[in-house]
Amino acid sequence: MIATSYTKLRWKLIGITLSFSLIPLFVLGYVIHDQFSHSYEEKLTSNLRLVVNNKRDSIDMFLNERVVQLQNLANTHTIAEMTDQVYLNALFDIIHNTSSSFIDLGVIGPDGCHEAYSGPFDLRDVNYKNEAWFNQVMLKGLYISDVFMGFRNFPHFIIAVKRREAGRTWILRATIDSDVFTSLVHNARTGKLGDAYLVNSDCKLQTPSRFSGKVLSQAKIFANPEGSDVEICKWEERGATRVAGITSLALTDWRLVVVESPREELTPLLRSQYLVYALFLVCAVMIFAGTYLTVTSVVRKLMAADAERAVMDAAVMQSSKMASLGKMAAGVAHEINNPLSIIRESAGWIRDLINDGELDGYEVLGELVEAIGDIDRHVERARTVTHRMLGFARRMEPVHENVDLNMLAKQTVSFLENEVLHRSIEVVCKFNQSLPLLTTDSNQVQQIILNLLENAIDAIGEDGRITLVTRVEGSFVAMDVKDTGMGIPSDQLSKVFDPFFTTKPTGEGTGLGLSIIYSTLNKLGGRITVQSELGHGATFTFYLPFSGAIPDQEEPCPE
Amino acid sequence: MSRIRILVVDDEPDFLKLIQRRLGKRNVDVSVAASGQEALQALDVIPVDVVILDVRMPGLGGIETLKEIRKRHQEVEVIMLTGHGSMQSGIEGISHGAYDYILKPFSIEDLLERIRDAHEHAVLKRNARKVS
Repeated sequence: MIATSYTKLRWKLIGITLSFSLIPLFVLGYVIHDQFSHSYEEKLTSNLRLVVNNKRDSIDMFLNERVVQLQNLANTHTIAEMTDQVYLNALFDIIHNTSSSFIDLGVIGPDGCHEAYSGPFDLRDVNYKNEAWFNQVMLKGLYISDVFMGFRNFPHFIIAVKRREAGRTWILRATIDSDVFTSLVHNARTGKLGDAYLVNSDCKLQTPSRFSGKVLSQAKIFANPEGSDVEICKWEERGATRVAGITSLALTDWRLVVVESPREELTPLLRSQYLVYALFLVCAVMIFAGTYLTVTSVVRKLMAADAERAVMDAAVMQSSKMASLGKMAAGVAHEINNPLSIIRESAGWIRDLINDGELDGYEVLGELVEAIGDIDRHVERARTVTHRMLGFARRMEPVHENVDLNMLAKQTVSFLENEVLHRSIEVVCKFNQSLPLLTTDSNQVQQIILNLLENAIDAIGEDGRITLVTRVEGSFVAMDVKDTGMGIPSDQLSKVFDPFFTTKPTGEGTGLGLSIIYSTLNKLGGRITVQSELGHGATFTFYLPFSGAIPDQEEPCPE
Repeated sequence: MSRIRILVVDDEPDFLKLIQRRLGKRNVDVSVAASGQEALQALDVIPVDVVILDVRMPGLGGIETLKEIRKRHQEVEVIMLTGHGSMQSGIEGISHGAYDYILKPFSIEDLLERIRDAHEHAVLKRNARKVS
């Protein structure tokens, strides 16, 4: 496999692992976050609803109390009593002492004129006959006004009740400071962005609002609830979400509005949300790092395994190639040997006849003898070839037999005789003649020698010398294959036995030769070393044990 | 010394013809057989000292024929003839009771030498058996 496909594989694995670990993580996180904020918001809304309800109840109660107070006053006093200025003053003092929100108290006759008045303003001569509220109270018996500035020039409102007494109708009217609402409503504000206020049916503010302005300015309202329900509405304002709870009051057509900013309310949630985001980020980074490390190590192992397998495949291919080549060579050699022996016997027969003197007297006898000699010589030549081929083709499976390394080397050199001759390379053999026989696989050893020789020839190119030396070292036989080639740079020296390492141009060398030699020698219980200096050739030395790695199968002695 | 009687077994008629002529010239009585079966039949009829047996033959192969000969004719010596350059088949032959082996193509003198050795061995064996 080439490098880019490993990279591709690595990213594919990383991608798969990441998507299988991060997607569930994010889905889980999203769902939890969603559920959590949803329930938090719900809680917030119900809280708002509760606050609005409570406020409305207390405002309603306040209004109701005032109305009942006035009605009680009207019902328990006669017009005669009420129009008595001294009595009214005393009465107002009592009321004002218990409830400071009362500003004044007036008794108005059916003609709209004040019959009596108690309070800080001089309103005795004001006629209310043409005021809308006057007609209203005459009609319905009770009137609660919106907040207005009126003659008094501060926000207030009035409550008026009608009393019918012995055919005479009179009205008891009280002015009430609307500041009391302001304080009632304002404590429903929350945070820095919360707001609470009352508006009338025209959306005029009845109490000051934090953001919508002073009393009686126009306020925006987003819902118009009916009955006593609290309506929740939501909108965006200046980039922030606002939630308002709106409800209408029982006694007037005013509405109570409590505005909250969920973001402010959700601050603790948001803080934990940021914490969760950070945690998620850390988790994601850790997962990524873990995945990357794992995948990288897996891919590296895979690469190593692939390289190993490639070496093995190449070795297997090489040996199977050699085996089939061997079989073919054996077949060819055998087929040639039979006719060769017949040719030789035929020539021999002619020679026999000549020797017996049966052809004596012929002029061409000398030439005939010469021809017979030629036939013999060339049959012998062909025989060497076929026997060499058969020697090469001998069994390919690992065996152990007695091997004379010197002879094996000589035979191997003879394979390359022609090539060496063409390239003017001199092969020098310095053999230790007292070398012990090795118990090892001659074919594989021959392969090793052949490979080393080929490498040496490639290294030299033309004009040079290959020196083969055999010697005994301990319980090993060593063989040097020394060439006068260009040598190996020292930084590459440690890599020459690595699979796929080659200095030959692409396509010419597999880079497997030396690594196969290395593993073959391992199998045979030997080893190989290399010494080289750039420009001074290279020496490969391999060692083989006297008796191979394969344990001897002892034949039982006949005796 | 009596002439040595040999039987040459090979599937090549040309080879048989030539070997018969050449060995005949060298004071050897040569019979020939073109196959293993033929050789076994001939051995029942003709007295033979040494059999020259090709390893690779169609039909009954060299090694099988050798086994048969060893079973039926104890006193006959066998020399295996192999075109299969390796010593392997020769060694296999010896392990099955052949006296010697020779690789094709061989020189006639070499063959003759081995035939004489085998014959000597056969005579010795025969005498030894007679004594015992």
